[in-house]
Amino acid sequence: MALLELENIHKTYDLGEVQVHALRGVTLSVRKGEYLAIMGTSGSGKSTLMHILGCLDTPTEGRYLLDGKDVSGLGGDDLARIRNDRIGFVFQGFNLLARTSAVENVELPLLYAGVPRKERRQRALEALALVGLSGREHHQPHQLSGGQQQRVAIARSLVNGAPLILADEPTGNLDTRTSEEVMELFSHLNETAGITVILVTHEPEMARYVERIVTIRDGLVVSDEAKARERSFAS
Amino acid sequence: MIAPEEILLTALRALRTNKMRSLLTVLGMIIGVAAVIAMFAVGTGAQVRITERFASMGSNLLVVFPGSSRSGGVRGGGGTLPTLTLEDAEAILRECPAVADVAPRVSGRTQVVYGNANWSTSTVGSTASLLSIRNWTLESGRNFTESDQRSAAKVCILGATVASELFGGEDPLGKIVRVNKIPMTVVGLLAAKGSSAAGSDQDDTVLVPVTTAMKRLFGARFPGKIQDMTIQAKSAAEIAAAESQITDLLARRHRIRPGEENDFTVRNLSEIMEAAQEGARIMSLLLAAVASVSLLVGGIGIMNIMLVSVTERTREIGIRAAVGARGADILLQFLAEALLLSLAGGILGICTGAGGAFLISHFADWPAVIAPESVALAFGFSAAIGVFFGFYPAWKASRLNPIEALRYE
Repeated sequence: MALLELENIHKTYDLGEVQVHALRGVTLSVRKGEYLAIMGTSGSGKSTLMHILGCLDTPTEGRYLLDGKDVSGLGGDDLARIRNDRIGFVFQGFNLLARTSAVENVELPLLYAGVPRKERRQRALEALALVGLSGREHHQPHQLSGGQQQRVAIARSLVNGAPLILADEPTGNLDTRTSEEVMELFSHLNETAGITVILVTHEPEMARYVERIVTIRDGLVVSDEAKARERSFAS
Repeated sequence: MIAPEEILLTALRALRTNKMRSLLTVLGMIIGVAAVIAMFAVGTGAQVRITERFASMGSNLLVVFPGSSRSGGVRGGGGTLPTLTLEDAEAILRECPAVADVAPRVSGRTQVVYGNANWSTSTVGSTASLLSIRNWTLESGRNFTESDQRSAAKVCILGATVASELFGGEDPLGKIVRVNKIPMTVVGLLAAKGSSAAGSDQDDTVLVPVTTAMKRLFGARFPGKIQDMTIQAKSAAEIAAAESQITDLLARRHRIRPGEENDFTVRNLSEIMEAAQEGARIMSLLLAAVASVSLLVGGIGIMNIMLVSVTERTREIGIRAAVGARGADILLQFLAEALLLSLAGGILGICTGAGGAFLISHFADWPAVIAPESVALAFGFSAAIGVFFGFYPAWKASRLNPIEALRYE
């Protein structure tokens, strides 16, 4: 069953004098439980695509069905609700709240979901345990390594039980060994919890972990190929 | 929508994260609110003091002065021509229904001597009524009697200042003092009253029967005349009636023809008190108006900091938006921060202002009254400032585009 379905998505930025066509008709379907990478160089439109997939932005034209529901015409508050309970974000720069403990960072989506405090803390602690950060719950971001910070961000993306994790260059700020750990964590979550993971990256070596690669160039999907995973958590 | 207490907790956490900045912002509010509270307290204190001082002079009072003398073209001031008599005073009490009591007065400076001590003071000749009209109470001894008045008895009642100057710790009752060389027995002691509305020491006085004053002390210049009289109306409502009754009666008794100028003046003391209170009230409003400018400055300080804060925390706003905060959630969080800052400033300002008012009253010997209204007003006003000046930055924060906010470095 398709988790996401994009039909002929266009995104045009009107910069007054000129119009920038960031996406020129992207059609894409992603099944539940898939682990795919969206690849492309900078300027290819992959960031714009990620924003639309993540419901941070809406397409100028085309239809986007998330879990069968058309979200392409929704307003800001409805998009916020969808981001809150359907999508988890992992960013290159971690994007954790500074001077705020790991567990409070992880609790953040639950706060906006209106989950009572006790349950919030419980679920955040569980998510942190799942990413292997037990014992660091009360550390602040600056007291954690880059890999640990990214794992806090992953815990935050998981905590609401979202079926989809969107990871935008998640290993861009990490060294090779830590990158591998983070990628293996995604594989693990994908395999054991059935979470759909969409990786947005320009690094070809990340492709080793995924089972499908969608390549974007000049606002269009130029290739979409399935492949076998070369590495997975199990191996 | 997230629960209100969660919004407050989130705002509180954000403020705690920036302790120094929060503190400095609050400081502006503290100064503004404290200034308003202290100024109101001092102003209200002034009104209370004026009321107290006038009350110590007695209530519902009218004073009748003689008119002015005229010699050729030269017109003397009020009271230069003695036209009032003891009979006038008796007639007023007898014939004016709105009048409760009358105290005639003859006074002058005297030298009072006891043993080696002597003291120059004002001696007032009056009747037993003076004590009740002027709100005097006797510390000990007795008031004047009818027979004292009839016989122009050589008795006197001492004010607290005179008693302590002449007798120190000794009990003056029954002792003989010499008032302008005339020996008089001290029959009573007045309880201390403090200074008058004009600031003079009301306790620096000696009372004698009015007849004694007229015949034995000051009678030489204008025999049979009194200087003025203090009249108490039956109630505040009857002051005006008393005034016209007295004017009519005295005009008749003094045979003033219609169109002719009266040879006396009736003055209403409560009008004077009202004018003085009005003056104090206007003064305190003026002070509070000046102080509220600093409150406004404090409010602008909050807006300033909140605007800086929104810019500085753009990324935080982006993160919150990405994980599902709606515009209203962001707006409420920043509004709550501004409100908490201004309310904290308000509460601390009320305390500081109360402390300042206490210090003023302690060191300047000036009553400071902190009215509950002014506390409620300051509290409400600071909340309003928080909402008013916090709204624009909060609205700006809620309108940020999450994508741009996340990209912000």
